[in-house]
Amino acid sequence: MSGNLATVSYIGATILFILCLGGLSNQETARRGNLYGMIGMAIAVLATVFGPQVTAAGLPWIIAAMVVGSGIGIYAARVVQMTQMPELVALMHSMVGLAAMLVGYATYIDPSASAGLAGAEKAIHEMEMYVGILIGAITFSGSVIAFGKLSGKIGGKPLLLPGRHWLNLAGLLLVIYFGREFLHATTVAEGMTPMIVMTIVSLLFGIHMVMAIGGADMPVVVSMLNSYSGWAAAATGFMLSNDLLIVTGALVGSSGAILSYIMCSAMNRHFISVIAGGFGTDGGAPMSAGGNVQPAGEVSPILAAETAELLREAKNVIIVPGYGMAVAQAQHTVYEITQFLREKGINVRFGIHPVAGRMPGHMNVLLAEAKVPYDVVFEMDELNDDFPQTDVTMVIGANDIVNPAAQDDPSSPIAGMPVLEVWKAKTSIVMKRSMASGYAGVDNPLFYKENNRMLFGDAKKMLDEVLLALKS
Amino acid sequence: MALTIGVPREVFAGEKRVATVPDVVEKLIKLGFKVAVESGAGDAANFGDDVYRTAGAEIIGDAATLWATSDIVFKVRGPSTDEVGLLREGGTLLSFIWPAQNPELLQKLAAKKATVLAIDSLPRTLSRAQKMDALTSQAGVAGYRAVIEAANAFGRFFNGQITAAGKVPPAKVFIAGAGVAGLSAIGTAANLGAIVRANDTRAEVADQVVSLGGEFVKVDYEEEGSGGGGYAKVMSEGFQKAQRDMYAKQSKEVDIIITTALIPGKPAPKLITAEMVKSMKPGSVIVDMAAEQGGNCELTEPGQAVVKYGVTIIGYTDLVSRLARQSSTLYSTNLFRLAEELCKTKDGIIDVNMEDEAIRGLTVIKEGKVTWPPPAPKLSAAPPAAAKPATAAPAAKKGHGHGSSSEPLPGNKLAILFGVAAVLFWLIGSSAPEKFLGHFTVFVLACFVGYMVVWNVKPALHTPLMSVTNAISSIIAIGALVQIAPSGDLAPVWIRSLAIGGIVLATINMFGGFAVTQRMLAMFRK
Repeated sequence: MSGNLATVSYIGATILFILCLGGLSNQETARRGNLYGMIGMAIAVLATVFGPQVTAAGLPWIIAAMVVGSGIGIYAARVVQMTQMPELVALMHSMVGLAAMLVGYATYIDPSASAGLAGAEKAIHEMEMYVGILIGAITFSGSVIAFGKLSGKIGGKPLLLPGRHWLNLAGLLLVIYFGREFLHATTVAEGMTPMIVMTIVSLLFGIHMVMAIGGADMPVVVSMLNSYSGWAAAATGFMLSNDLLIVTGALVGSSGAILSYIMCSAMNRHFISVIAGGFGTDGGAPMSAGGNVQPAGEVSPILAAETAELLREAKNVIIVPGYGMAVAQAQHTVYEITQFLREKGINVRFGIHPVAGRMPGHMNVLLAEAKVPYDVVFEMDELNDDFPQTDVTMVIGANDIVNPAAQDDPSSPIAGMPVLEVWKAKTSIVMKRSMASGYAGVDNPLFYKENNRMLFGDAKKMLDEVLLALKS
Repeated sequence: MALTIGVPREVFAGEKRVATVPDVVEKLIKLGFKVAVESGAGDAANFGDDVYRTAGAEIIGDAATLWATSDIVFKVRGPSTDEVGLLREGGTLLSFIWPAQNPELLQKLAAKKATVLAIDSLPRTLSRAQKMDALTSQAGVAGYRAVIEAANAFGRFFNGQITAAGKVPPAKVFIAGAGVAGLSAIGTAANLGAIVRANDTRAEVADQVVSLGGEFVKVDYEEEGSGGGGYAKVMSEGFQKAQRDMYAKQSKEVDIIITTALIPGKPAPKLITAEMVKSMKPGSVIVDMAAEQGGNCELTEPGQAVVKYGVTIIGYTDLVSRLARQSSTLYSTNLFRLAEELCKTKDGIIDVNMEDEAIRGLTVIKEGKVTWPPPAPKLSAAPPAAAKPATAAPAAKKGHGHGSSSEPLPGNKLAILFGVAAVLFWLIGSSAPEKFLGHFTVFVLACFVGYMVVWNVKPALHTPLMSVTNAISSIIAIGALVQIAPSGDLAPVWIRSLAIGGIVLATINMFGGFAVTQRMLAMFRK
């Protein structure tokens, strides 16, 4: 295959990738979109393998590597549970990061890659490699930590080192300094030292960055890493002068950036403050109790049987799921309850907050897995006006996203964050394991409202009991 | 010469209504009539003689004189034998007659050469006639009162409450028959806060039931029960069996049953058996509004409230009279509307125009000739299965995505942004080589394409978006592919192993990402 043909194939693949993302704009076209993506990928890989840059000698190696990789990939995709999607996605980001690092190193070692380059061109090329490896390393280590946090292998609490902003700054200066060293190096061996030091520094930086971020900010982190993995691919594209990589990397990068932006605005927080870590811009402990009036009133518990009764007597029910539902694996029971109520002519809908769960769209995927039809699943903005006409809202394992303090209490750390106004319904039922506060560490006045009931216990167990009571 | 309308005191035992209230007396006088009221006629409905006198009526001491001086008599109940005797030869009478059930009365009145308008014979499907529809106005009152009677006999709240002293479940009320009385009862019970269920053999009333706050309980059997003219008909055996099963089930669940099932000219259907009463919770209440026609419940004793198997069964036949002031006001307004129709010239003279469909239907005796039953109405106002108005198109859905966040930036911010971009581009343009600029162009444009495309993605699909972009970013495999054997020979072992590592990682991602996206998307369903 000639170079031109390969280029044309790349253009085709680019278009298919754009169509792929475009297809995701709604559920009907999404599957076709995914198919476009696969075809695009197949075209790109085949065009490269049979293109001028790869010769027959490499084929066995390539095939062997791809067979191994695809086997692992497909196996992982098969066995993963939908509740583990955030972990899987984080893990996959780390692979892109690592691959970008490896490719960067390989390019650097390869003498033919920089042959015939001089002056500004050479400097730019080296810079591209340096930046590519930098981003790849941050993505890799950051994603591994994110994976650890999401899967519970590392605690969800933010790790706040003293003077962490200074640490970050020192890291940055170090990277810039070694970047200068690297550019001045004349041989590969000479440049290797600054390169390796930079890699270690950026790996540490990635770890530190994600360690400092709290569990509730995980959706931002996951989408941010998604964005980084795109930029890593784009940087690799610059390094190899490959437009397909640049375009694809840019697409993925901007997609991840937009998702991060959406997540941040859903929490009414600045991207910088999320990345800077911890909760709140002051970087201190999330306690602004000074101006905070302790919510007065008593918490009224309720039993599963009473919950079932309330549900049976309702006409309009809104269910607000949160991370707790995912942890308890309760989505299937939720579906059964929904189906039972809908058969009785009760209007059951779901309200999804953009940051519910640990990943953008996490709740939607879980509900879809449990066969909840997507036309009863609504976004926060679509549903918020309907709460006053709702008889019962069930909050399953969510806390901060239904906290009225975000609207009522300007001194609250989450003030201004858009929330689902569940307290406007006639009765709200909050399912929780205990009275512990959410990730934001803010007490929730909702629990003390007169029309609120608390159903304590494991979400799955409690919902099973509710279902049983409904059916009896 | 203006005619005199006479309003006698009702003689039927327990009847507390009066055919004309003082307000209506004034209006009738404006129409040109003279009005005479028997002394004490309105006492039971709290309208004293003085009020009538103030309104302009003449108060007459005894019934005989009243009947003798009246050209037209307004009554509630059909006249008793004595009253027929008192009626003037050739006089006019407006009241309930029920000609189908009382053929003898009809004959006696005809013998008096009377003109009789039976308010119960109004063609109800004529929309013009609704203002005269006394059956509806009285049934509405009865339905309301039935709920009040039930509440009185029932030992709990109707509405569910959550109080400091514990949770009170709402009362469950089942209403059999969603005619006028039934609908009124549904509305009243729902307003009191009860959970209301209702059933009717006519499926088209389901919407009305729901609109009043009730829940329509279907009988698990296909048959249409509209008998024409807005009444129900007798149903088939199979239907009745399914209906019995449904009633048996409801009896076990609800606290209060109000039955209103009547079929014109036939004894009331027995809907609630003794067995069902037994199955009800102690303290439950049944209000049988069909008691006068034999009752819908087997254990009903007409006119009485009895307790059987711990269930209070109310069979009062005078529910309307128990709200006499209200029902009298409504009834007399119905009669006044009829008087308006009869006296279009407003000169106090009536004209029984047999060409008018409403009046033709009402008139059962015209100057001594029985004109009942009337010929079939020319047209039924609305076919029973009238197409429901198309439900309002669902409100335009808010554009998904994030329209609000793409509001234009304020001008000064935008200027700064453009300024920064210009400086950046100038720097790049002045120092970077041509080859880099080509790639840079592609990069910037791709960022914009990505930006435009991704804003359109539904929030519900954000997880698949992430996994698919993740899969796509494994395009980095290409970078590794080209390093394995760039120039005919295999690359040095270092480079090769790095490249192979890159390929393995990227393909895991590639296949895994697409496969898991496919798996997720397959789950989304309507």
